[in-house]
Amino acid sequence: MDNIAIELRGIDKSFGPVHANKNINLKVRKGTIHGIIGENGAGKSTLMSILYGFYQADSGEILVDGKPVAIRDPNAAIAAGIGMVHQHFMLVENFTVLENIMLGAEDSQILNKGIAKARVELKRLEREYALEVDPDAVIEELPVGLQQRVEILKALYRRADILILDEPTGVLTPAEADHLFRVLGQLKNQGKTVILITHKLREIMAITDEVSVMRRGEMVATRTTAETSVEELAELMVGRRVLLRVEKGEAKPGEVKLAVEGLTVKDGRGVTMVDNVSFNLKAGEIVGIAGVAGNGQSELLEAISGIRRAVSGSVLLNGKPIEVTGRADPSELRNRGLAHVPEDRHHVGLVLKFEECENAILGYHHDKRYLNGVFLNVDAIRKDAEKRIAEYDIRPPNPRLKTANFSGGNQQKIVLAREMERGPDVLIIGQPTRGVDVGAIEFIHRRIIEMRDQGMAVLLVSVELDEIRALSDRILVMFAGRVVGERGPDATEGELGLLMAGVEGRKEAAE
Amino acid sequence: MSTPYAKLPGWAEYGLIPLINLAVAFLVAGLVVLLVGENPLEAAYHLINGAFGRGEYLGFTLYYATTFIFTGLAVAVAFHAGLFNIGGEGQAYVGGIGVALACLWLDQTMPWFVVFPLAILGSAFFGAAWAFLPGWLQAKRGSHIVITTIMFNFIASSLMVYLLTRVLKPLGSMSPQTRTFAEGGQLPKLDWLLAIFGLDIGTAPFNVSFLLALVAAFCVWLLIWRTKLGYEMRTMGHSPSAARYAGMSESRITVITMMISGALAGMMALNPIMGEQGRMQLDFVQGAGFVGIAVALMGRSHPAGIIPAAVLFGMLYQGGAEISFEMPSISRDMIVIIQGLVILFAGALENMFRPAIARLFAMQSRRAAVVAQTKGA
Ligand SMILES: Nc1ncnc2c1ncn2[C@@H]1O[C@H](COP(=O)(O)OP(=O)(O)OP(=O)(O)O)[C@@H](O)[C@H]1O
Ligand SMILES: [Mg+2]
Repeated sequence: MDNIAIELRGIDKSFGPVHANKNINLKVRKGTIHGIIGENGAGKSTLMSILYGFYQADSGEILVDGKPVAIRDPNAAIAAGIGMVHQHFMLVENFTVLENIMLGAEDSQILNKGIAKARVELKRLEREYALEVDPDAVIEELPVGLQQRVEILKALYRRADILILDEPTGVLTPAEADHLFRVLGQLKNQGKTVILITHKLREIMAITDEVSVMRRGEMVATRTTAETSVEELAELMVGRRVLLRVEKGEAKPGEVKLAVEGLTVKDGRGVTMVDNVSFNLKAGEIVGIAGVAGNGQSELLEAISGIRRAVSGSVLLNGKPIEVTGRADPSELRNRGLAHVPEDRHHVGLVLKFEECENAILGYHHDKRYLNGVFLNVDAIRKDAEKRIAEYDIRPPNPRLKTANFSGGNQQKIVLAREMERGPDVLIIGQPTRGVDVGAIEFIHRRIIEMRDQGMAVLLVSVELDEIRALSDRILVMFAGRVVGERGPDATEGELGLLMAGVEGRKEAAE
Repeated sequence: MSTPYAKLPGWAEYGLIPLINLAVAFLVAGLVVLLVGENPLEAAYHLINGAFGRGEYLGFTLYYATTFIFTGLAVAVAFHAGLFNIGGEGQAYVGGIGVALACLWLDQTMPWFVVFPLAILGSAFFGAAWAFLPGWLQAKRGSHIVITTIMFNFIASSLMVYLLTRVLKPLGSMSPQTRTFAEGGQLPKLDWLLAIFGLDIGTAPFNVSFLLALVAAFCVWLLIWRTKLGYEMRTMGHSPSAARYAGMSESRITVITMMISGALAGMMALNPIMGEQGRMQLDFVQGAGFVGIAVALMGRSHPAGIIPAAVLFGMLYQGGAEISFEMPSISRDMIVIIQGLVILFAGALENMFRPAIARLFAMQSRRAAVVAQTKGA
């Protein structure tokens, strides 16, 4: 009994008609890493939000160290020693690391004294857990991996003994993820307890001690990690057998659909993000762009889809130019058969405050079938949304629900359904399965391949090497804004890894 | 997780919370009345009675409400596209030119129902034109609309002084106003509407522009939630990056939205000019453009909220005048304080009581769940 850090008893939570958590019981042992997995919308984030005091359970009990506690708000959670690293970081962008860490834990009214103390404490934490960050760096200038470190430090600074991480690796590069896991291991060795939510079963197998599986609001199983397998977990999650590797036949490339020539893009500060990139994309093939996040993939997609202006270069869509250096109009490009699933679904691909059906027409709102003259044809829009919801198994199946209230994976399905179902000639996708569960990944991958087989040209950007290798017919590797190599789908992880790190590429370019 | 506050049922969200905010505003206002040594209950009586006590009073309340519906809608439309139009005051003022021109031109030859539509078009046109410039400046040159619309309020004010002292003033007259319009330039009162409820309108200037305001409110609802343009406006208001992704032109939407907003503000001029005075005077807007901001805030930018909020402010105007009449130690400035408190609690501090109420609701539902469980067991 003594070694249980957190116990949940009979936690129940509904949002109106949605029963997000049904009578959940869970024990997390002290000094372990406990994984929680489950399909999109299974209720994982809701459960953790209850534990962290964002939501109140309708009924049930939370025990910390064997003692019942009332967690009414995040402050109470912190007082109980629970810290949380959010999926979307809650940092003040233009504050320094130190300022962010101190925020709300300033100790005294006079800042100077506190700052000195905090700096010392921060140094100690950094050393203890191998969490180096420059305390005086401004948050917005740090890469995501480091921002996440700041979130962890923030929790530790508040003396958290129990750390909750909700899909921490979704935004990380493989190297950053590795580092994160070393840190978590370190935390565990120091006696801290970690709860880790992730969709990546490999991560679960690699680092957790125990793993609990949720399905449709219920806790269906808890396993000792060493005694289970990826296949069993996937099956427990989805309730059926899952194909973890997609099967696909030979590509039959046709004519060139998208021809990119010498494309160069700079960001707001004038830094070259895409540097003289050229490639062709043919009908019926999937070209994957591999690379560590931040090497120009995002800007490349944005330039092609007309959201960001390029400095020079040309792009031909179906043989006709896209005005990438001028005023390319994204809605005109949609009419010409270019669909775009943006990487950032929360700020770009969706309007979170809209109803689901309103998002289902975003960018296609000029479409005649959604309009009666200048008026929206609300019936047609909702009917269409309902159809999509059924086809893509979007849950809950309610086109009038606010988009923010869908779970992450279901939000992604909303975007994918919108962009894929019109049968575009060219589909460009950024991070198609970020935050998406295994069952849905299987579905999305199969869909992408089906689309390819029907002759669609697909340009895929992903930081998941597995995904790139599983789907692509050709792989381009980007490093520092340039395409540093092209490989076939049988390229090994090591080979691609070297290219992505810019090691091999330089040699190749020099030759 | 975006909202740390639990969701409340609709009736609490849109009914209970505004009522609590309002009650607190009046409580604090009551304390202020106590402070100047008057009886707050008496003041409350005069406020309510002065606003609703007689057909005539009600007529005045609704007359003011008409004005505030227009300016409130103007602010709300811009809000939906993420624009903060503080220029309602100036747009309404300049909108008056359109009304005055239509009336001066046709009032002697045409009946009101011919002049009225022209005056509507005129006011909307001039209001829209006055909002077009700030909109265009933001879209093309990045000048922030909050700044430019404030500046345009001042320019409007000077322009109108010039026009009313030099151009539109009849020869030989000493006051800065147009001539008084003939019958065709005056709107009929809605005495029959109050008569249905057995009330006598007396001298109150409650007139047909009230019906126009209701129509405008409905049209705004249609525009925002049922048209493609409204969809684009809301997209931009919530997420400019999503709007760009969807191929919506930010500058086009900014300019169009501002013009619609300005047109609504301009139409406000119909009410005082054609509905009450029968002529255009200096300063006929009297701050209604700014009250519109409070009305839109309180009404959550939804026409169904704006109408009651406008009536509330109409009541404060009319009933407030009554208080200062009946209780001389409470000056008109006191009324402004009360209005300020309403704005403060209903607008700026809107969320003050929400966490507590949300907690109450959470406790309630938990208790209900426990009861249900024990019953089930
Ligand atoms: N604030 C809310 N209002 C209404 N419904 C909600 C709200 N938050 C979550 N839900 C619903 O509750 C269910 C559980 O959502 P939750 O975010 O916990 O899923 P999840 O397991 O974290 O999924 P994912 O893996 O996709 O992140 C979903 O059906 C979701 O739509
Ligand atoms: Mg989640």
